[in-house]
Amino acid sequence: MKKKSKVVSYNKWGYIFLIPFVVIYLVFQMIPLFSTIYNSFFENYRSGLKQIGPNFVGLQNFITIITNGDLPTYLKNTLIMWILGFVPQILLSLLLGAWFTDPSLRLKAQGFFKTVIYLPNLIMASAFAMLFFTLFSNSGPINSIMLQFGLIQEPYQFMSHIWSVRGLVAFMNCLMWFGNTTILLMAGMMGIDPSLFEAAQVDGATATQIFYKVTLPLLKPILIYVMITSLIGGLQMFDVPQILTNGTGDPMRSSMTLIMYLNKHLFSKNYGLGGALSVFMFIITGILSLIVFKFTTGEDKD
Amino acid sequence: MEEKRIAMAGQSDAGASVHARRVIAYVVLILITFICLFWFYVLFVNSTRSNAELARGFRPLPGNYLGTNWDNLVHGTLPIFSGLINSLIVATLTAVFATYFSTMTAYAIHAYDFKLKKFIFTFILMVMMIPTQVTALGFLQLIGKMGLDDKFTPLIVPAIASPAVFFFMKQYMDSTLPLSLVEAARIDGSTEWGTFNKIVVPLMKPAVAVQAIFSFVTSWNNYFTPALVLHTDTKKTLPILIAQLRSADWLKFDMGQVYVMISFSIFPVIVVYLLLSRHIVGGVTLGGVKG
Repeated sequence: MKKKSKVVSYNKWGYIFLIPFVVIYLVFQMIPLFSTIYNSFFENYRSGLKQIGPNFVGLQNFITIITNGDLPTYLKNTLIMWILGFVPQILLSLLLGAWFTDPSLRLKAQGFFKTVIYLPNLIMASAFAMLFFTLFSNSGPINSIMLQFGLIQEPYQFMSHIWSVRGLVAFMNCLMWFGNTTILLMAGMMGIDPSLFEAAQVDGATATQIFYKVTLPLLKPILIYVMITSLIGGLQMFDVPQILTNGTGDPMRSSMTLIMYLNKHLFSKNYGLGGALSVFMFIITGILSLIVFKFTTGEDKD
Repeated sequence: MEEKRIAMAGQSDAGASVHARRVIAYVVLILITFICLFWFYVLFVNSTRSNAELARGFRPLPGNYLGTNWDNLVHGTLPIFSGLINSLIVATLTAVFATYFSTMTAYAIHAYDFKLKKFIFTFILMVMMIPTQVTALGFLQLIGKMGLDDKFTPLIVPAIASPAVFFFMKQYMDSTLPLSLVEAARIDGSTEWGTFNKIVVPLMKPAVAVQAIFSFVTSWNNYFTPALVLHTDTKKTLPILIAQLRSADWLKFDMGQVYVMISFSIFPVIVVYLLLSRHIVGGVTLGGVKG
């Protein structure tokens, strides 16, 4: 498609237009990345008033965060809460997107519904988590309502049970992001040539068949985008569990995410362990994204 | 979950009439609407009650302590007004920088042929997967050395390099921006810089609108980096103040005030959003149709 049809002298503008991105990326991402990696090989923290290090310790920091169980535990917590939130989110978004864009349904008040489902995304995550913390506290409105309806005899302690805290985090993530995902998917669905739908209808395809055979395959690029960004976002999960549990990840650190753990080290200025954790995050994110990317493009051949 | 399964069943049933599917769709949508709005209604009602009333349990109708709670909050210790303004400045500039420069980067890759093009494109797609958090440690050390600690600059300027926004813009450009248009502009004597600003950017408006919203929201919601960068009370953004509210354990003092503070950081955005939502949804729809 893109042959050498363009006059060469124009093409230097390609470099010129790239300057802002490249410069800013090098300064604010590349240099920090390398210095983070560099830091991960040094022992460097504060013990009371005494500064320990920086001393070169090789891979000791990496060994420490694996063998003391921190990294595996927090990775597991993070992934559990991401999956719990993402699966219902993508299903809901596909369903709503298909309904909104289905010409035979002709849903009324679409503007209203779209406005409502996107609304939670605009809510500041920390304020939303704070709200849920107050709503689900022992003397909060949710317990109050359930008591009034006789569903429970005494307040349920949402913040003291592993799965209720994880569930709340996942529920909030889902609620905040399904509208965003729906809008992105819809933009993709509406971009599909309407004549394809008409042709399928003329050929007698049902709504379900059209969805699976026409909409989904054509949506693939935007689905890849949604999935990758959600996975990256999931691994960065921080605000909601941080505010909900006040940074403790309680009960028993079952809702402590990787970034919450990193945040702890950054505040206590333990640059060695923080650096090692960052490098791990870097590698894990890379591998997982690659798997998702390969997986979704691999289906192409079917 | 339940209603979703029913809906799926309804959709997969080849014999289901359009009417039945429509009814199912409305029922599900109304349920979702309730789930989305319920929390904010409770928040509003509770903001209008005194601490003593709140302790007695939840009532679905508003009380009349909103003014009192507001007064107590304003005369309290949290610098809420400066927090609001700080958040607005940072998020607006971030959105402008991210969308304009990402469009520029996407255009460079889309419209020109040069040696490093493929390398840079692949590189950006690869770094798109790196969360900014993994470089936060080095980032904090760097801005410390640059004297940018406790300033807004390190929160705004890095948005110029937003790989995810770039990716969206590039995708959109592939489907909407024919190179013949650029050639035509050249023949008409337009400079490359002029073509980009006067032809490409306006054509990209739907995508820019969508990404501007997302960038604004991401920055507005951002708590991680600002909490590490900003230390002075009057420079803090709203999410940091909310976090302070949580760790101060105000729950023991005055719940009415806590609810008003949450309302203060949530409701202005909702109001602005409701005013703009027509354009937001319209922009998204427009963007799709063109592809």
